Amino acid sequence: MRRYRRVAFLLLAPSLVLVALFVYGFILWTGWLSLTNQNDLFVPHVRFVGLANYLRLFHHPRFLIDLKNTLTFSLIFIPGSLVLGLVGALLLNTGVRGEGFFRTVFLMPMALSFIVTGVAWRWLMNPSSGLNLLFSALGLGFLKSGWYTDPAVGIKAVALAAVWQLSGYTMALYLAGLRAIPPVFYEAAEVDGASPWQAFRYITLPLLTPVTLSAVIVLGHISLKIFDLVIAIAGISGGPAFSSDVPALFMFVTTFQANRFAQGAAISIVLLVLVSFLVIPYLYWSLRREVAE
Amino acid sequence: MKLGKWSAGILLGFALAGLALAQGGKLEIFSWWTTGGEAAGLFKLFELYKQKHPGVEIINAAVAGGAGSNAKAVLKTRMLGGDPPDSFQVHMGHELIDTWVTTGFMEPLDQLYKEYGWEKVFPKGVLALLKWNGHYWSVPANIHRANVLWYNKAIFEKYGLKPPKTFDEFFAIAEKLKKDGIIPLALGDNGIWASTHLFETVLIGTLGPEGYKGLWTGQTDWRGPGVKKALETFARMLDYVNPDHAARSWDQANDLIIQGKAAMYIHGDWVNADYLAKKFSGYGWAPAPGNYGVYDALSDTFGLPKKAPHRQEAIWWLELVGSKEGQEAFNPLKGSICARTDCDPKLFNPYLQWAMQQWKTDTIVPSLAHGAAAKESWLAAINDTMSLFVTNKNVAQAQNMLAQACVDAGVCTR
Repeated sequence: MRRYRRVAFLLLAPSLVLVALFVYGFILWTGWLSLTNQNDLFVPHVRFVGLANYLRLFHHPRFLIDLKNTLTFSLIFIPGSLVLGLVGALLLNTGVRGEGFFRTVFLMPMALSFIVTGVAWRWLMNPSSGLNLLFSALGLGFLKSGWYTDPAVGIKAVALAAVWQLSGYTMALYLAGLRAIPPVFYEAAEVDGASPWQAFRYITLPLLTPVTLSAVIVLGHISLKIFDLVIAIAGISGGPAFSSDVPALFMFVTTFQANRFAQGAAISIVLLVLVSFLVIPYLYWSLRREVAE
Repeated sequence: MKLGKWSAGILLGFALAGLALAQGGKLEIFSWWTTGGEAAGLFKLFELYKQKHPGVEIINAAVAGGAGSNAKAVLKTRMLGGDPPDSFQVHMGHELIDTWVTTGFMEPLDQLYKEYGWEKVFPKGVLALLKWNGHYWSVPANIHRANVLWYNKAIFEKYGLKPPKTFDEFFAIAEKLKKDGIIPLALGDNGIWASTHLFETVLIGTLGPEGYKGLWTGQTDWRGPGVKKALETFARMLDYVNPDHAARSWDQANDLIIQGKAAMYIHGDWVNADYLAKKFSGYGWAPAPGNYGVYDALSDTFGLPKKAPHRQEAIWWLELVGSKEGQEAFNPLKGSICARTDCDPKLFNPYLQWAMQQWKTDTIVPSLAHGAAAKESWLAAINDTMSLFVTNKNVAQAQNMLAQACVDAGVCTR
């Protein structure tokens, strides 16, 4: 037994070292960088400046807009993907013909990279082409919009594209969840005289909770870290008046265009903290469940 | 034994390949010239280089993306990682000096300037922008002009208009055209630099060349009435631009002129190359309003990184870039004028001939949006200000942010 443990350790060691260095090591390095004055390509005397970079950040108009945009994005993107995914899964689960075909069609967007989706949606949502032309042709002119070029819409337009891309993914998750519910529950409910709505409300939904939770975690961390979709749709300036801007984009510009490395590191640490608010409770919850089982 | 034979063969192969490379030499040139006339110009230079130095293998390390936004990030990673290209494209002025020279990444090029007498052929205004700490740090390949007003000739003839010399004339024309349903001014700022670019011509027109240059040295007050007036004028101009400007790139904005939907476009002279490429000839040009007698210049230059792996090949490259032959071959294709003052005008199209004429007499000022006037972090802060201002037109907020940006850049004290 002990020999096996030694072999196991030896086999794991390379990846442990690499992860320790390239993931956790660099997170620590970024944390340290965010507390220094390294705000140029070459700073002769690197010194500790405390929380100065963070203070500046929370007074920066662009960063405050970014935080608000992240919230708006999450509020559209997460519920949107969940609801569309659930509806799709329920419809497919009724045993419709050609289920495999529809499943593939709805899942396909997930196989695309955000950059591809972004470029396609940039054309679709260009005010003088795409969707607007379609709406006029259908007599739905009132639906026309400036999309991402209108400061009042901005990030909401980006969130629509994100919903399109990931609702197929939540659908697949929910479909798997639905298939895992034993049919006897429904049979028992029928015997007890439950209506289909009651069966859905008191059997399906509660048993799908773990699936919903996993989906919220995955979608939530995507919405906090979103970068490629925004840059492909709204461009590197984050749209007019930063209406589509997000913290990750601001971080990229701050670090690689303005050379303010410490400031950029501070943005990424703030992002890390935000994501950990989401991930740590989830890890805690899933570990506890594993132990209970 | 079999294995031994194989590996010996492979080793021999590597050795031969290494020998061949060592004999031929290499040259890696980094730029963001990937399309149209600029790529054609670059290839022309490569061709000339190969004639002079046959056997040198040229590696074209170009990264696509307008105004070099992607390329600069790649370059930074390589330079900081100790893997520089042999020579790279960089904008003249603060983009080069503050990013790479003051930080100690470049080699001075005084020897080349002396050997080829470049101090006599490049204008003083350019030499001043290339010099830091008494040394020259890069070789300019070309000069672009940023403050040009392009206009649709048919529209101007129909309404009996002349290119506006002042902002008052500009607004009179704009009002007239707007009433008739023509977009007076085209703008394409899905890259916000295009708005910064327009704003810089307004700053020049309002403050004059000396006042504008003073902004970058701390002599002109960012909190003063001049900057306020420029912001107000700029805000007024924004009332006359196409409503979908945030969705268009600079060349898509230019399409509005070509299609006859918009009358005027204030932009750099790469627009001229765009017209030629799109086979449109119904355009005219003049200096931007308030910019008469001022040449708002930007230049692509090449320098020599200290750790360049093929130093000699890189020096040959710089010799070619600065030579009359090299500039005369490159610039007509790129759609820019020579940085040298002795190029043959007959090789150039009518617009460029006009620009060459003005280049000799005008006051030269450095372009902000294209890296000559201010360092990258300062420019990024001004771009941020423009992103907000173009939408909310809040003069007080913008002026405050601009003044703060100057303080952050270490140039102003308040």
